[in-house]
Amino acid sequence: MLMFALRRILVSIPVLIGITLILFIMLNVVPGDPIALMMKEHASADVIERVRAQMRLDDPLITRYLRFLWDALHGDLGNSIKLNRPVTDLILKAFPNTLMLAVSAALVSWVIGIPVGILSAVRRDSFIDRFFMGFSLLGVSMPIFWSALLLQYIFAMKLELLPVSGFYGWQYMILPAVVLGWSSAGVIARLMRSSLLEVMRLDYIRTARAKGLRETGVITRHALKNALIPVVTIMAIQVAGLLSGAVITEAIFSIPGVGRITVSAISSRDMPLLQGAVLFATVLVIFGNLVADILYSVLDPRIRAQMRKEV
Amino acid sequence: MSRSSDLTDAPEALEEASFLRDTLRAFRRNRMAMLGLGFVLLLVLGAIFAPWISPHDPYRVALDEQLLPASTTYWLGTDNFGRDVLTRILYGARISLVVGIVPSLISLSIGTMMGILSGYLGGRTDFVIMRLADMMIAFPSLLLAMVVMYTLGANLLNIFLALALVGWASVARVVRSQTLALREKEFIEAARANGTARVTVMLRHIFPNVIPTLIVLFTLAIPEAIMWESSLSFLGVGVQPPEASWGLLVAKGKEYMFQAPTVAIAPGVAILLTVLAFNFIGDGLRDALDPSMKD
Repeated sequence: MLMFALRRILVSIPVLIGITLILFIMLNVVPGDPIALMMKEHASADVIERVRAQMRLDDPLITRYLRFLWDALHGDLGNSIKLNRPVTDLILKAFPNTLMLAVSAALVSWVIGIPVGILSAVRRDSFIDRFFMGFSLLGVSMPIFWSALLLQYIFAMKLELLPVSGFYGWQYMILPAVVLGWSSAGVIARLMRSSLLEVMRLDYIRTARAKGLRETGVITRHALKNALIPVVTIMAIQVAGLLSGAVITEAIFSIPGVGRITVSAISSRDMPLLQGAVLFATVLVIFGNLVADILYSVLDPRIRAQMRKEV
Repeated sequence: MSRSSDLTDAPEALEEASFLRDTLRAFRRNRMAMLGLGFVLLLVLGAIFAPWISPHDPYRVALDEQLLPASTTYWLGTDNFGRDVLTRILYGARISLVVGIVPSLISLSIGTMMGILSGYLGGRTDFVIMRLADMMIAFPSLLLAMVVMYTLGANLLNIFLALALVGWASVARVVRSQTLALREKEFIEAARANGTARVTVMLRHIFPNVIPTLIVLFTLAIPEAIMWESSLSFLGVGVQPPEASWGLLVAKGKEYMFQAPTVAIAPGVAILLTVLAFNFIGDGLRDALDPSMKD
């Protein structure tokens, strides 16, 4: 088990290095002078020269990349140009807000998705099943920014039940969490349904039925245990995905999180800040995938055996 | 030509025709898929013939007609510049459809090539391509696309590039796993035993067998691309004004939610319906082409 986890961690290191390289190249091989572009016409030639020297932009690309990697490993992502503060500080200050949004959105999606998935699988092909699955397709097909506006309009502007935007307390988190959670509840529901349907076809379920267990007992005591495994594992990936999907939600609800930093870094052409924020989010996603894989093997011994053969 | 000679001369053609016919019949029976297809056809026609359908000019500014409610002249009202909302949506359909189709085609082509190469050649090629795909998939798609738009600048061509870059890796994974399964089949083995060149095996024998999957992937990639484009445009790094992409229309309209909510809500409905329609078509095609993929 430990060996598997260790191996899985080792495998993700080259992926991580590759990603930093791709990100670095994309952001540093901007056509034209990045500094001049960033400062537009406000800066004189010698200011531009000074910033270039300060960021050591005249070194060869590979030297700069290695330095970036080395500094990033030590928690130093450079300074934000616009705000003139360490990028790491800015991100760490914003992260708790993003994390809170992502976790509450995940909770919303599980509370909706799991029961809906189970009910749809149990009443397969019934009206309820078709209704729920249609509904979840609706959830997946809705752009987040649009459902956010809609809920904002209904609950904040018309009914005045909840605050429109900003972040000064738990009630400010309700709409964003519902919007973001709703968007992935459909995915959870579909996965739960198909996973449960697959398990219900297995022999041990027939055995459980044959020995006279009631259907609710078969499902809660036998089927769900195995059917939940893929759902639980996708949760780790999902939290990571929500962390980055929070970009739009944070922008709309003015939540001071990592996503909003990313958007504002783009509009102010603050390259170090953008680089840091994207790197941060990507590392989180890789970490989420890692946790999911390890969790999968912990929960399901069959996977463990199979992976032992493969790795 | 008599019927019997038809059967003996062209058994292959007959089989293909019946596969197509079975697929079409199964697809036609799927009500939601047909509904989706109908909607998409209407939308395509509407987008092409927008200048003839709508009596309004999508770019004409009329400041005395700002934010008017829906009326018989302006079916969905007007925006903050007095432009007809419905007309703007109709013109926006042009961008959204193109953005749905072009990057999907690009990412599908790259993904198919990479997937077949990876699956058929195996070994080091497989390793390199799949690690590259791992990296692309590990990137949060929206962020990756945002970085591309930041670097290359916000315009339509760069949206194509950004979305193609985001999409190819998952296509490559699916195609690779299909290629792996196909490689073990007898007809591939026979072709190989005949001394057929590797390129020929891949092009003539593997590729045609992946096409049904590619069709499904294509129809499902379109709504995804439309979603990404609208998100990018909403965040201000996609299509730029005065062009009218749906995401941009929602973004601009949200400033006037209080006075005229339809300005922002209507283009969102267009996105929702279009994405749903393509998803229905994709699901229908998947069920029709490969019933085993259901559930």
